[in-house]
Amino acid sequence: MEVKRQKLGNGSGGEFRARQLAARAMLRGELEGPELDKHVEDSLLLTTLDKAQNWARGNAMFPATFGLACCAIEMMAIVGARVDVARFGSEAFRASPRQADLMIISGRVSIKMAPVVRRIYDQMLEPKWTIAMGACSSSMGVFNNYAIVPADKFMPVDIHVPGCPPRPEALMHGILKLRAQILSNPDQDWRSRYGGRGTEEVVEPVPTDA
Amino acid sequence: MPDATGLELIAQELRDRDSEGVLDTTFFREKAAITVTRETVQATLEHLRGKGYGFMASVHGVDYFPEEPRLGVHYELLDMSTVDRITVKVRVPLDDPHVPSVTPEWPTADHQEREIWDMFGVIFDGHPDHRRILMPEDYEGHPQRRDFPVGGEPVHFTHNESRQTRYTR
Amino acid sequence: MSTPEVRKPEGARGGLSYREMEESVELSHIAHEDEGEQELLTLNMGPHHPATHGVLRLLTTLEGEVVRDVKPIIGYVHTGIEKTAEDKAYWKAIPVVERMDYLSYYFNAMAYCGAVETLIGLEVPPRAQYLRVLHLELNRIASHLIWLATGALDLGAISVFWYGWRDRDRILDLFEMSSGQRMHTRYFQVGGVMEDIPVGFEQRVRAFCKDFPKRLDQFEALIDKNQIVLQRLRGVAAVDEQTLLGFGVTGPLLRATGNPWDLRKAAPYSSYDHFDFKIPVGTVGDNYDRYRVRMAEMRESVKIIEQALDGLPEGPYITPDRKYALPPRHELATSMEALIHHFKLVTEGFRVPPGEAYYPIESPRGELGCFVRSDGSSKPARVHMRDPSFVNLQAFGEMVRDTYIADLIATLAMLDPILGGIDR
Repeated sequence: MEVKRQKLGNGSGGEFRARQLAARAMLRGELEGPELDKHVEDSLLLTTLDKAQNWARGNAMFPATFGLACCAIEMMAIVGARVDVARFGSEAFRASPRQADLMIISGRVSIKMAPVVRRIYDQMLEPKWTIAMGACSSSMGVFNNYAIVPADKFMPVDIHVPGCPPRPEALMHGILKLRAQILSNPDQDWRSRYGGRGTEEVVEPVPTDA
Repeated sequence: MPDATGLELIAQELRDRDSEGVLDTTFFREKAAITVTRETVQATLEHLRGKGYGFMASVHGVDYFPEEPRLGVHYELLDMSTVDRITVKVRVPLDDPHVPSVTPEWPTADHQEREIWDMFGVIFDGHPDHRRILMPEDYEGHPQRRDFPVGGEPVHFTHNESRQTRYTR
Repeated sequence: MSTPEVRKPEGARGGLSYREMEESVELSHIAHEDEGEQELLTLNMGPHHPATHGVLRLLTTLEGEVVRDVKPIIGYVHTGIEKTAEDKAYWKAIPVVERMDYLSYYFNAMAYCGAVETLIGLEVPPRAQYLRVLHLELNRIASHLIWLATGALDLGAISVFWYGWRDRDRILDLFEMSSGQRMHTRYFQVGGVMEDIPVGFEQRVRAFCKDFPKRLDQFEALIDKNQIVLQRLRGVAAVDEQTLLGFGVTGPLLRATGNPWDLRKAAPYSSYDHFDFKIPVGTVGDNYDRYRVRMAEMRESVKIIEQALDGLPEGPYITPDRKYALPPRHELATSMEALIHHFKLVTEGFRVPPGEAYYPIESPRGELGCFVRSDGSSKPARVHMRDPSFVNLQAFGEMVRDTYIADLIATLAMLDPILGGIDR
């Protein structure tokens, strides 16, 4: 297999050099007229505010450190160097839910832990997303019994990653899928597909003692 | 392991102290086990500690449903110098599930007896902190009894459930 | 809109709500006569905390920054593993039981399979025993690497986290090569192992064993004589041996005090007596000794792995008794008995004669025992795992009494609790 190296200044490399010279000229204030127009067209990207916002949000998701059980070990493995989540901007795992916007429920949610999970989810600020990692949090997993509860029952989940535990690559695929969803749909309409809501207060009248 | 004769000697010593105490001895797969009454549990464990079994490896509960008496508590003792193990078993009925707690003399039984209370409902008299350890504080029921249902969610294959033919109602 | 009223759920105890019941739990009242009136602060290090190694809730009573008492509250990842295992056939309970102590999954399976084999009276072939030892020691190294990575992360040596995970990924590659899964591999079966090791596995393991002591040298060069590590770990949270034995503590915590109790040497199982290795012990029993004991244990494990590869005997990798192990697939086409055995094993499973067995092994955290009671049917009547972290956690209060909060974090890291095993 041949590796072709291109020298700058020859053939297609000449374009880069020309743009470099034009940028230098613009900084000096020497570009005029159609040259200036062409340079501006080449250097600007036009988009909507929503798209720009989603691009920023999708590429800088801060996961909350929410490791519950075995899946947490594979979640820590995506921080490692082999499957590097820092490539996609999500390396900063925040311990405080106020600073996080992605909650990866990695592991089995027991009935004692469920109110704690919900409370931490409530403390996260909008916009927030959830990945139910592994079989136990998505459905009941290996243990279909009295002690655990699937995450769908008490909080909206955007992505379910199957596996027991899912490989770090699988979790990475889930995170990238979430990123694609964020980038593609600005109004985040896809949540209404399954009736997932954010935090709501359920107000019920206090029963008077009889 | 104390062999079968060693086990009988221990049982005889225990019977000398309390003739009603020892209910049964078992020697199964090279492992010795003594079944005692609940009143003699503490004395039995102290006697065995005197014989060298100073390490309590495990305290666990068993539900012998449908045999009576239903609830059992097993104490696994270990003699580190001779690498000997012996089990002490206690059986209590469901309507009177009291067993004296051994936590004051064997601190390792603390959390383990709480777990047996949580999972089986055996009440340990004299335990310093007798409350649930694994289930939520306000949980009702003792989950690991044999007649407690396993629970769980029915499996839903939702993506095409409406299009599937129903074979049963 | 008026402030919403929270409806209190109907409590079981006299109408008290859950919050009120929680608040009514008393912590130990410690009277300090010589210091007069001191106000003790109760701090909840809540189940969601980056330093608690899982969902452990610690109710700490602080006086200033000194910890006076700590009450661990567990149960936040209670999965009902023992109850689920009663619902499944003996063969199918292996994956359930494996997920208990989720860093040392081979050990969970080993304890359970050992207990069932004791009940049946089944002989495990020598090749299977050596393969089991090989995978158990690889798992021990992997578990200690995660302990080192997360422990150093707690202390602040964050880069060790990445180095630890790099080597652990190599071990998981080996597991994937032999069984197809990185974690929870279901490799150990009742009577032996699931499959023989593939071609090339031995070379990869030998390459790993050649490299790994150098990695350990690098870890030790980084951490061992580091002034911050020494100040944080040396002399901190030492507990004497008798107190630990009273609490039922085993494993590296007990060996750090100088007691060389290790079930691999004391009561060898699965042909551990064929191997020549040492038991590292500490002297004082403080956090630094616990750290050194586990680092030295990793080196001894490498030696065991190399000896296991050198002496790997030929033979079957699972018991030839067809009543308990699946026949090889090529026999299903020719032999009627093999087909019937296969059918019986896959549908109902094998039946185990009634009895009770307790099988203890040495896991990376201490004595892991599995109690199985069988009533003659094809499902176990009771499975109980005596988890070492569950028992070791009882000594934690004693370890951190009268130390600082920072020492509490460091001691928790050196205690190496795994909440999956504690809560089961």
